[in-house]
Amino acid sequence: MLLAPQIKNLDRELARFHGRLKTAAVFVALLATALLARAFYLQVMQHDYYIQRAESNRISLVPAAPNRGLILDRNERILAENYSAYTLELARAQTRDLEATLALVGQLIEITPGQLRRFRRLLAESHEFETVPLKSKLADEEVAILAANRYRLPGVEVKARLFRNYQAGPGMAHVVGFIGRINDGDLKRLRAGGREQNYKGSVHIGKTGLEQSYETLLHGRTGFDQMETDASGRAVRMLSRIPPVPGKDLRLYLDAELQAVAEHAFGDYLGGLVALDPNTGGVLALVSKPGFDPNLFVDGIDPETWKSLNESPERPMVNRVLRGIYPPGSTIKPLMALAGLELGLRKPADSIVDPGYFTLPNSSHQFRDWKRGGHGVVDLQRSIAQSCDTYYYKLAVDMGIDRMHDYLAQFGLGEKSGIDLEGESSGLLPSRDWKQRRFKQTWYPGETVIAGIGQGYHLTTPLQLATATAMLANGGKRIEPRLVQAVRDPLNHIWQPQPAVVHRQVAIDPENLGVVRAGMMDVMRPGGTAAAAAAGAPYTIAGKTGTAQVVGIKQGARYDEGRLARQHRDHALFIAYAPAENPTIAIAVMVENGGHGSSVAAPVARAVFDYYLTGKRPGNMKREAGNAAE
Amino acid sequence: MPQSRHWIVRRLSHLDGILLALVLLLLGISLAVVASASGQSPARISGHLVNMGLALSVMVVMANVPPHLLSKVGPPLYVAGVVLLIGVALFGEIRNGSRRWLNLGVMAFQPSELLKLALPLMLAWYFQRNEAVLRAKHFLVGGALLLVPFLLVLRQPDLGTALMLGASGFYLLFFAGLPWKAMFGGAALGAASLPVVWGLLHDYQQRRVLTLLDPTSDPLGDGYHIIQSTIAIGSGGLFGKGWTQGTQNQLDFIPERTTDFIFAVFGEEFGYIGAILLVGLYLAIVARGLTIAARAPTQFGRLMAATLSLNLFTYVFVNMGMVSGILPVVGVPLPLMSYGGTALITLLLGMGILMSVATHRQLNKT
Repeated sequence: MLLAPQIKNLDRELARFHGRLKTAAVFVALLATALLARAFYLQVMQHDYYIQRAESNRISLVPAAPNRGLILDRNERILAENYSAYTLELARAQTRDLEATLALVGQLIEITPGQLRRFRRLLAESHEFETVPLKSKLADEEVAILAANRYRLPGVEVKARLFRNYQAGPGMAHVVGFIGRINDGDLKRLRAGGREQNYKGSVHIGKTGLEQSYETLLHGRTGFDQMETDASGRAVRMLSRIPPVPGKDLRLYLDAELQAVAEHAFGDYLGGLVALDPNTGGVLALVSKPGFDPNLFVDGIDPETWKSLNESPERPMVNRVLRGIYPPGSTIKPLMALAGLELGLRKPADSIVDPGYFTLPNSSHQFRDWKRGGHGVVDLQRSIAQSCDTYYYKLAVDMGIDRMHDYLAQFGLGEKSGIDLEGESSGLLPSRDWKQRRFKQTWYPGETVIAGIGQGYHLTTPLQLATATAMLANGGKRIEPRLVQAVRDPLNHIWQPQPAVVHRQVAIDPENLGVVRAGMMDVMRPGGTAAAAAAGAPYTIAGKTGTAQVVGIKQGARYDEGRLARQHRDHALFIAYAPAENPTIAIAVMVENGGHGSSVAAPVARAVFDYYLTGKRPGNMKREAGNAAE
Repeated sequence: MPQSRHWIVRRLSHLDGILLALVLLLLGISLAVVASASGQSPARISGHLVNMGLALSVMVVMANVPPHLLSKVGPPLYVAGVVLLIGVALFGEIRNGSRRWLNLGVMAFQPSELLKLALPLMLAWYFQRNEAVLRAKHFLVGGALLLVPFLLVLRQPDLGTALMLGASGFYLLFFAGLPWKAMFGGAALGAASLPVVWGLLHDYQQRRVLTLLDPTSDPLGDGYHIIQSTIAIGSGGLFGKGWTQGTQNQLDFIPERTTDFIFAVFGEEFGYIGAILLVGLYLAIVARGLTIAARAPTQFGRLMAATLSLNLFTYVFVNMGMVSGILPVVGVPLPLMSYGGTALITLLLGMGILMSVATHRQLNKT
């Protein structure tokens, strides 16, 4: 039983409790109001802001890289194409322990030391957030193994990528070039050109050859997919897309078969060759031996292979046709002869008696002819046919170095030919001015003498020789050499021909030109320096041999080819066009350490002419299986 | 009560109709939201249904336990809980940097969970015993009973649970008639000791509070959760994006979205209208709970009913406040909405007690 005061207490406590309940209800109502006020602020007042935040969360623009254009030869034989393959790539930021991941991958599939070295080099060059390829062209089995083990390989990604394949082999490497991974230098250039956006989805960019010079056309335009992505960045579905515009296909003037014939004709020799269509400037063949396998570069070359390529004494990475500079030697004589006629210094019938040497007035120094005892009575036509040095020593002195420079310059010596490849050398066409600028020295008369036979300071590239030869063949039209004949839009399949670029027309008296051409035809006839190379040809060749000295021969000493080590032998040069009456091909050949132009270089040109003009292949050259585009 | 009625019907007669309807309504909404948040994963949904079944059974059982029996469980449960907490402090397992778990061989167990129920039971039992003779000393004892587990949990450290525990104890003292003077004095003391408490907080606890003040200061770390959940809620707008149509939800941007952050999913898909409805349902439960408390025949029943009601709302407030970015991230589920068996069972256990208080109306001897 409760006591009375306690009952009083009880009532008071109960009343207080009810009061507290009311307080609590007010407290709860206040908190609920706060929650709803916050929700009102977020959902009603700030709704526009948050809906936009949610949209930018969910939508991302994924670049869609365009397919790269193909490169085809004149018969549409494929020189560079694309194929899709799986690559194993690592996202460094997502791998917890890079070394452990590499070790594990190495246990699952085969990773060669070369691939690992390449990976480390690319890793050092790449940014934190980029993925770096470890192995490309995965076999189906390897893809399956990696997929099955994906859960323990964070940051390891298998991606389908487009690759470039250069199936034409090393012989085409200097023409087609290669693509490689975009590096910091490329990025800087793209940024400077405002083209960075267009490479958002691209991994590769043209590094050399046509891949480089036609990069803009070949690459195409990057498209963008508007993707809905989840929090981990994975694409869930596509919302809209701007499709990529594929790159343009290139068709060349170049004939891959002719190229193969030319390369084969070099045999064991190294060197360069370029054949032009004198009427269009089209490059029919462009050989620089040795070549290299461009496929090595596509996904990054491993450092050791790069080192061996780069440091090889054969210098396979140098395009000899564009960048090899050599004294033109006697191949300059037809141009010299033409200059003599055009400048009125010589008449075709003017002749000299060649004692086998030339001396300047008041000097005892003998400039010797290559033929001991001389050529006897020599007129202009004969001076070309027999490559008489003495004739040109004298002509050069009469002409003077500056007139010589100015006349030869019209034929493109000393300037870039303008071919659609990058990295061309402009060679060197000497003059009094040039020597003053370069060496701050006056010009010596003796230097004019040897300049007359293409020696001394003269330096030309095989491409310049071919361009000048084409001008002799086409009557003085200076056309830029072009590899690309037409460009095709893969969307409408229409080939758009590329116009020829004519620099200038040199005015030449046809009679004068006729005499020079006759001299060049005589070169290939019995009694001429390269008669043997033309034997039995069903068409007429006009040519000129030449020799580019590698080591200086002392006054009075004799050049004895047999006694010199091969790498010290002279480079053999040969320029020619055919058929002489109506030229369709002009050529310049340089055979490294080939000695005289007649014995090694001229037969190479002959093989090219034979195939181009008659379809005849060298007897010992087999037609490769699957070679033809037919 | 007529003995002829079937025992199941007798057991069910202890359920409170209004409370049951509100609970079932919320569980239904929860099922829909968990389904949406889990990408309609059958495993999640069936797991959730199993949890609900279990928790509802526990509720029915508790509703049938008369309050006077329940009050007797208070002291032993409290003592056991405190002993276990001391055990945790001495032998507990460390997970994620704090010592909260007791490994019982078969299962890991958090004694602090036990205290959430044991503390109010103990205090309610104590104040029932001293009904009508209440003096200041009883509140001092009550305060001590509250402080012991509170401090033990705080030093685990588990700030969130300690605060919730402290809140439930405080509510009970409040309803028992803790003088306002004592409350204001305590509040002043608390405010004065704030800098000291700040110094005692662990780094990660300090960071959580700082992140709350400026979530953008750490957008990829602690701030990420708050930023993404407020984006979800805000982008829901007035009417929401519709069930299973929330992009923040479906595309994984909301963390822990079937459990602690389920309100973000709800807010995104059902909008402000949905939020009003949800808060309204919680308020209805609290209102019903306070009504039961007001009508309860015993001091124990009154105190338990009022405390459990306020407790539930505290969880609601802390969770929604956290998810909508006005309170720090503390791992508190949203009552009756979040996926998770333990929390649901504990909650419906509380609802069962409320129902028991509501339906056992005769006075029992103490």
